[in-house]
Amino acid sequence: MLLAINWDIIFTQTFSQGFGTQALVFALAAIGLNIHYGYTGLLNFGQVGFMAVGAYGVGMAVFWLDIGFWPGLVLGVVYCLILALILGIPTLRLRADYLAITTIAASETIRLSVRWRGNRERTGAAEGINDFADPFYDLNVFDRIGSRPYRFLFFEYRADDLWVMLIGWSVVGLALLFTWQIMRSPWGRVVKAIREDEDAARALGKNAYSYKLQSLIIGGVIGGIAGMLQAIDKQSVQPDTFNPVITFMIWTVLIIGGAARVWSPVVGAMLFWGLISGLEAFMRELLDTGLGDSLERYLNLNIQNVSQVRFMLFGLALMIVMRYRPQGIFGSREEMALDDR
Amino acid sequence: MIDDQPEAAGAAVAETENPIEGVFDGVEHVRGVAKPDSILIVDGMRRRFGGLVAVDVDHLEIQRGAITGLIGPNGAGKTTFFNLLTGFDTPDGGHVELNGASIDGVASHRLAARGMVRTFQLTKALSKLTVLENMMLGAKNQGGESFLRALFSPMWRAREAEVEVQARALLERFKLSHMADEYAGTLSGGQRKLIEMARALMSEPDLVMLDEPMAGVNPALTQSLLGHVKELRAEGRTVIFIEHDMDVVQDISDWVVVMAEGSIIAEGPPGSIAEHQQVVDAYLGTPDAPPGEPLSSETDGVPAAEMESDS
Repeated sequence: MLLAINWDIIFTQTFSQGFGTQALVFALAAIGLNIHYGYTGLLNFGQVGFMAVGAYGVGMAVFWLDIGFWPGLVLGVVYCLILALILGIPTLRLRADYLAITTIAASETIRLSVRWRGNRERTGAAEGINDFADPFYDLNVFDRIGSRPYRFLFFEYRADDLWVMLIGWSVVGLALLFTWQIMRSPWGRVVKAIREDEDAARALGKNAYSYKLQSLIIGGVIGGIAGMLQAIDKQSVQPDTFNPVITFMIWTVLIIGGAARVWSPVVGAMLFWGLISGLEAFMRELLDTGLGDSLERYLNLNIQNVSQVRFMLFGLALMIVMRYRPQGIFGSREEMALDDR
Repeated sequence: MIDDQPEAAGAAVAETENPIEGVFDGVEHVRGVAKPDSILIVDGMRRRFGGLVAVDVDHLEIQRGAITGLIGPNGAGKTTFFNLLTGFDTPDGGHVELNGASIDGVASHRLAARGMVRTFQLTKALSKLTVLENMMLGAKNQGGESFLRALFSPMWRAREAEVEVQARALLERFKLSHMADEYAGTLSGGQRKLIEMARALMSEPDLVMLDEPMAGVNPALTQSLLGHVKELRAEGRTVIFIEHDMDVVQDISDWVVVMAEGSIIAEGPPGSIAEHQQVVDAYLGTPDAPPGEPLSSETDGVPAAEMESDS
């Protein structure tokens, strides 16, 4: 029976998705969240809100403002900046919890606002905005060889995917370099000190409020760029792709990798999407074998609920990781233990 | 400069010279008395929490270069007073002058640049930073703390190297060199008191405000901390510290200010304070007060202070 499983499909899913466009979008969003939470200690539970305003910045630039795709990228960054200021100015003087409440509420407010029918001419309401990223794909260096995908080893991508990946992973690389540089600088030291104890930093002459705001803006803009890349990849922005679950997936990515480590968002995102996709492919293959009937009968596992079950299994895996390696892959246990002292 | 004399200062921990010896000779032992050279002047400072008057200080001057002890029973408002002076809390009214300039409403983080640094009653070692990073954080004039300059290492490397030298010299003086690369979270309670004091010195402050620097520290380390406080005075810095242990206060203070129920009830050199009836009452309770009663209630505490303190 097991022999009947097509391992090639499972591996192709795992590796293609692990390095694919979703993974790079999540990696980038998690790099932003890492600056917020990992380094500065800001509890941002609305990272998807930054992704949404970044994506809609581009979409609306083409669809509503009619200023074109490239200026739209700048507009997306400006939107993120404004969102960070709106969220940060009133809350960052208060306890950390207030930012958490505000960000999660704001991300839902954004989703519902762009979805509102009254905004149809600006945001496309529930239908969203489609096909606005042609100028990006016009520059594609990969030939579109018919409709066949590129294949090598276990990787399988369309030409357009490859183009998004080339640009996207380059952006991720730059973001990593950026994180590494600012976090080894005196600026990074101040931000980490604020994470540990804001009052101590203030007593030593550091304007904690200003640093927290800067961190919120920087991480937010990186999240916004992730949103833009997602929109470009899908050639579409839809309000309901920016639901709060995405924020928690990004948190998962960061926690798997280990907070406050430069590389953890990337490895976390690769593992997250690789395993999720591999699990789904595996279960689909399993249902195709002679085991399929008994799986359906005894476990209620069928082709319709496989994509939900994969998240349940992933949640289980996350629990096991948290039990035996709470610091994540790159985190240090020694450092984690300091929290309890 | 600290760098100029770390060995000299470190060598004589027990008997450090007192550069302001005799400065208080002509000063009367009364509340709110003017000092020959005041670094800090507080006027009419008040802070209420609901119906409770937490701090109500009419006038207080702190002598430059001296060690001033701030004592008082629990709940006297000492830490609140510290918070008000250092911008961690906002007074309902009053004025503060530091080095002759008003610091009313100045944000806490700007006071370090003005020469005033504080420590906390509950030590705030930054656990997941190394001991050396903790120290380097205290430095002033590190341009790399601005975001845009942080992106370009050449803009802050040179200053970073200077700061590291200064930090290592201070760690040497405070006998923490061997811990430089450890996480501050691994330090013992006593070492945390040391690093907090050392870190505060990184900004070369004129005025160091220590909130219970000796609390919860073993006797041997207390002696060493006392030595460090005296060294601060020998370097010409002004120290204000909150303390409960009267032996410590007697040992190192040049001047003692006593608070009770938010007000200053007495001030004077340590010798005179111990004989002050008001202080004895506030601290130990009046002999006939039943146990469990507040040490002094609103009816017989503050008003009494106002009547008698000028005696």
